[in-house]
Amino acid sequence: MSTGKSRLAAVTGHRLFWPVVVLVVLLAANAAYRPSFLAVEVKNGHLYGSLIDILRLSAPLVLVALGMSLVIATGGIDLSVGSVVAVSGAVACLHISERPDQNNVAGVLTALAVAFGIALLLGAWNGVLVSVIGIQPIIATLILMVAGRGLAQLVTSGQIITINSGPYRTIGVGHLLTLPFAIIVALAVTVALAVLTRRTALGMIIEAVGGNAEASRLAGIRSRRIIFLVYVVSAACAAVAGFMMTANVSSADGNAAGLWVELDAILAVVIGGTSLAGGRFFLSGTIVGALIIQTLTTSVYAMNISPQTALLFKAVVVIVVCLIQAPAFRARIRTRFRRRPATPVAPTVVEKQKEQVAA
Amino acid sequence: MSPRHPVLTMTAISKHFPGVRALDGVDFRLFPGEVHALMGENGAGKSTLIKVLTGVYGTDTGTITLDGAEVSFSGPMQATAAGVSTVYQEVNLCTNLSVAENIFIGREPRRFGAVNWRQMRRQARELLARIDLDIDVTALLGSYSLAVQQMVAIARAIDVRARVLILDEPTSSLDADEVAQLMRIMRQLRDEGIAILFVTHFLDQVYGIADRITVLRNGRLVGEYPTADLPQIALVEKMIGKELDALEQIDEQSRRDLATVEAGTPFVAATDLGRTGSVAPFSLTIHAGEVVGLAGLLGSGRTEVARLFFGADRADLGRLTVDGQPATIRRPVAAIARDIAFCSENRRTEGLVGELSVRENIVLALQAARGWLRPVPRRRQDELVQRYIRALHIRPADPDMPVRNLSGGNQQKVLLARWLITEPKLLILDEPTRGIDIGAKAEIQRLVAQLSDGGMAVLFISAELEEVLRLSHKVAVMRDRRMVAQLANDDTLDADRIMRAIASGAPQEGPDPA
Repeated sequence: MSTGKSRLAAVTGHRLFWPVVVLVVLLAANAAYRPSFLAVEVKNGHLYGSLIDILRLSAPLVLVALGMSLVIATGGIDLSVGSVVAVSGAVACLHISERPDQNNVAGVLTALAVAFGIALLLGAWNGVLVSVIGIQPIIATLILMVAGRGLAQLVTSGQIITINSGPYRTIGVGHLLTLPFAIIVALAVTVALAVLTRRTALGMIIEAVGGNAEASRLAGIRSRRIIFLVYVVSAACAAVAGFMMTANVSSADGNAAGLWVELDAILAVVIGGTSLAGGRFFLSGTIVGALIIQTLTTSVYAMNISPQTALLFKAVVVIVVCLIQAPAFRARIRTRFRRRPATPVAPTVVEKQKEQVAA
Repeated sequence: MSPRHPVLTMTAISKHFPGVRALDGVDFRLFPGEVHALMGENGAGKSTLIKVLTGVYGTDTGTITLDGAEVSFSGPMQATAAGVSTVYQEVNLCTNLSVAENIFIGREPRRFGAVNWRQMRRQARELLARIDLDIDVTALLGSYSLAVQQMVAIARAIDVRARVLILDEPTSSLDADEVAQLMRIMRQLRDEGIAILFVTHFLDQVYGIADRITVLRNGRLVGEYPTADLPQIALVEKMIGKELDALEQIDEQSRRDLATVEAGTPFVAATDLGRTGSVAPFSLTIHAGEVVGLAGLLGSGRTEVARLFFGADRADLGRLTVDGQPATIRRPVAAIARDIAFCSENRRTEGLVGELSVRENIVLALQAARGWLRPVPRRRQDELVQRYIRALHIRPADPDMPVRNLSGGNQQKVLLARWLITEPKLLILDEPTRGIDIGAKAEIQRLVAQLSDGGMAVLFISAELEEVLRLSHKVAVMRDRRMVAQLANDDTLDADRIMRAIASGAPQEGPDPA
């Protein structure tokens, strides 16, 4: 009895409990609206279904949000990820569109490498502004957020570059081992980041820098390098997301690609339990956060909620998620609703306290 | 004692945190017009009791009555409104606001809904005059010393017509004159009928001012005693719960004399080392196995000297040699690479990362030195952390607990452990025993003696002269940001001589140049 209770407490007390509950509720609501929602079927050796679609469509956001988690853990923020998405997508598409044979795998790989390299440079630019020059992260990355859009339009000459490349399309909508390729890429990046941060000491050092920068400096941590590194990683993640997004539609739009993705990413990180003040970060939480956001978007379309009210609907759900996440809010709800003493220990005392509170 | 009614009664208070029973059925009474000292070791539950009283924490069980009526505050604001004001150990005012704003923050005098600035300034001046503090109330609080900030915090607390004033280690960063001033204010307030709950680690202050003493140990009440009936040694025994002659033991250790210690090349030697606007050029050598004490008043430049050795600040004057080799230490990384370690006096802001665990905080410096690509293997981490939790008696002995949940003394030990596992050759300790209880203090002092016997060089900074005298082979005296004397710690050196050096050392008088 008591062990069962404590096990229950351990589950409900877990930081992922509430985000997962919200995700499950959203999925359940969809299933109630349209019972076929949960169905997953195999066609031509590929998995199909709404759940798979949600996973596939959330892949770019997952990537951007994972990079964002590390930046936020250092106490920073990266507003430029949307622009990096646009630039990397534009560069890759431009490179492919200029080739005689767009289906040449080697050519596509070269395009990816060039675009990835440019994204790393953009990340390094952010990193230098923040860690070497010491500009506040929100301002430093705002520069690239604005300038990057211009850069992307410069690359595409203000046009939408349309390509017809099978290999490139695969990144967005292809399949591998029955699963959509995008899901596999997102999984691979997740595993890579988890290994990078948790199998080395990088994660702890990022958390130390974000938790107390001065104490970290006095403990001998070269925080500049770490901060530089997280902005580069963030840009790298955004670049891969950019490939996926442009591959999805086989075209690069400097204006629209990755627009506002930084806001969704920040939201996913916060829903996942990482504090905007820096310190502890939770990659698993970020992924759940990204899935919640994508499920929400999918639900809005699936339930035929009018576009006018869709954003409002999203906002309400997000507010609820954030409130449920906050321990202070939950504690208040609990005291409000607990009219009877929950524990038999000294009930008179508890009773008296309540009178005081009421008075 | 006349049959009075207590203004405040706490009955059977219990409070537990995950893994810790912080308070277990504690009773506490406070009468009007008394100074009541709350004593106990680190982790005894003093801070928790105060936080329960002021509503920072709720209680698990137990009742609190104020003036006979049962109360349960939802937070410090509500407690203050009911007449229970608190001044915390670490000044928690806003240094970026003016003195007057700090005193009236949250309850500004208003006229037609707008803040009445003139009245606010006038009232602030009057309040400060009551505690004999004559400063510019429009200046930023941050432009004044910690001591003045502490006084401002007290002025803020007594203004709200407090009937109960809680002073949580208000004297730990004050010098002797300021302590005397504070004591005078406390007596004055007591005579006005205010009940004062006083937490401190300075026994002299307790016996100088307290009427009664309540002792806590491990979250339980040991007892409540009139000060006159409780000799100091009995008090210490009740706090520790065992016979304590630890401090005396260190005293009796044979101290190697300075000539033996200082044979050979020094581990570090500063020659006219200094930093403009921070500390005047000084020369100092520290040898392997030597403890150099650094004495001086608050703000005399003790910490600044330590920071130069560690590269926390850059020296812009003079030279430094480490192990006989010229060295430029521009940043902590460089100092650590030369086996120098530094425990800052500000554990919270410059020492620990509060939300990381005890284990992570302990391995942090070692890990930083190895670089993030070479993590300390988990098994080795556990081994090191277990060893130091045991050796330093870190409580609770839970390596995965966030370090901010530990009491001050245990946090200090975590910080010490962080540096000890790096096996430094020079350990700089800035006020390692400040704000911690006598048991932990003895442990840390014994540890310093052991380490220096084992060949470690130690730079030991403390405001307590007895402690400096007990441990050091040589005492350097700071005054007004200059090193005014270096005294060998032989039989002729005592606290009086150091104080005379502090008092008469510098050529010029007046406020410090900063």
